[in-house]
Amino acid sequence: MDSDPKKKETKELTGEKTDLGLVERAKETAATLKDRALEEAKDYKDPQQTQVWKSIFRVSHERSDPRNRSLAILSNVFLHLHPAKINRDAVRYQYTWGMGGITFYLFIVLTFTGVLLMFYYHPTKIVAFRDILYLEHDVPFGKLLRNMHRWAAHLMVITTWLHMFRVVLTGSYKKPREFNWCVGVVLLVLTLLLSFTGYLLPDDQLGFWAVTVGTNMARATPMLGSEGPFGAQLGLTPYNDVRFGLLGGSIVDDNALLRSYIWHCIGIPLVASIFMAVHFWRIRKDGGISGPSPVQLESEMKTPKKK
Amino acid sequence: MFVRFFLPRSITEPPSTFKIGFPGDYALGVDTKWQQLYRIWVDKTSDRLFVVYARCTHLGCTPDWKASENKFKCPCHGSGYDSEAINFEGPAPRPMDRAHVELDAEGQIVVNVATLYKWEKGVPAPGEFDKPGAFIPL
Repeated sequence: MDSDPKKKETKELTGEKTDLGLVERAKETAATLKDRALEEAKDYKDPQQTQVWKSIFRVSHERSDPRNRSLAILSNVFLHLHPAKINRDAVRYQYTWGMGGITFYLFIVLTFTGVLLMFYYHPTKIVAFRDILYLEHDVPFGKLLRNMHRWAAHLMVITTWLHMFRVVLTGSYKKPREFNWCVGVVLLVLTLLLSFTGYLLPDDQLGFWAVTVGTNMARATPMLGSEGPFGAQLGLTPYNDVRFGLLGGSIVDDNALLRSYIWHCIGIPLVASIFMAVHFWRIRKDGGISGPSPVQLESEMKTPKKK
Repeated sequence: MFVRFFLPRSITEPPSTFKIGFPGDYALGVDTKWQQLYRIWVDKTSDRLFVVYARCTHLGCTPDWKASENKFKCPCHGSGYDSEAINFEGPAPRPMDRAHVELDAEGQIVVNVATLYKWEKGVPAPGEFDKPGAFIPL
């Protein structure tokens, strides 16, 4: 009477026909679990077999398969910052000067040091210059930080020009790289704008007058500036022209400092990053970082299919 | 709309109209005492008093009055102006602008730097400088 309902219960749970007792069943389950645990533990010894690894690197690292080996590199952004294969001569420093790469590394240095500087800098007329002095004299490593940002900024402008000069010398602006040249010109302008907007931020005499002069040039823009051609005819005054929009006022004051700060820290770097992504992508698509453009012989050209 | 956003409706900037005392307060020549506060110089000659708006006509810096050389010199790009703010050297295209001046009921000089009298390049002398409001006759 006692054992009957228990047996029935076990059968119902497992869905199996068994006459084994409860103890035997427990032993069996334990053995299966142990086997499974051992199997899993075997996998854990090899980190490349874990789910964490696979979720990051996606491709199985089965070494015996050559296609897998190359896929592991190709499909990984960290391992694939550089193209999978390049012309041996294309990377020679005589051809590249390494200037594009150096410019990008400087951009990274500037982003990093710039974010750190933002922890101590307020873009207001009252404290901006005081913050600079504070950074120089009181903040731990502040002077180093500020000078890293300053020198990297100067260098970035120089290396951008040198990179451009190299591209002209090697004729790398020619077909099929014309579009990337144009993207590069936009990046040059953005670099100069970054340099210019950063100039005002210390709020010293040098930056103040540089921005005064720079925005007075904007005043002479045709159709947009109050003193430029057609400016007066279009009803532009110093209080509604392009200079007013840039400065947020008619003089270089608090608003100008804040606007300069926002363009310098958010607006222009964001746009520049997008253009850089396109720039680097196009380099690979257009046939590598330097050297002659990919040539297609007439004999290699596919004739269009005739229907 | 995007463009309009960048043009603020109200701004806090120094007033464009202000009083600077009586004509008798000033000696002959250039007076720089209002340069810091209002960005102007008071210029008195034998027959008139006028107020020069202290903005270089090249790219908008504030020139310095060099009393020993009897000229205004712009520190940015070296434009030079004589004691009546007429350009004679450097890249400046025209003399510096003169602000609107008038006497109030009390006899004080009221300056308005929002109204400027110009002597544009190529215009025969003395441009707008002889217009009423560009100077106070003495």
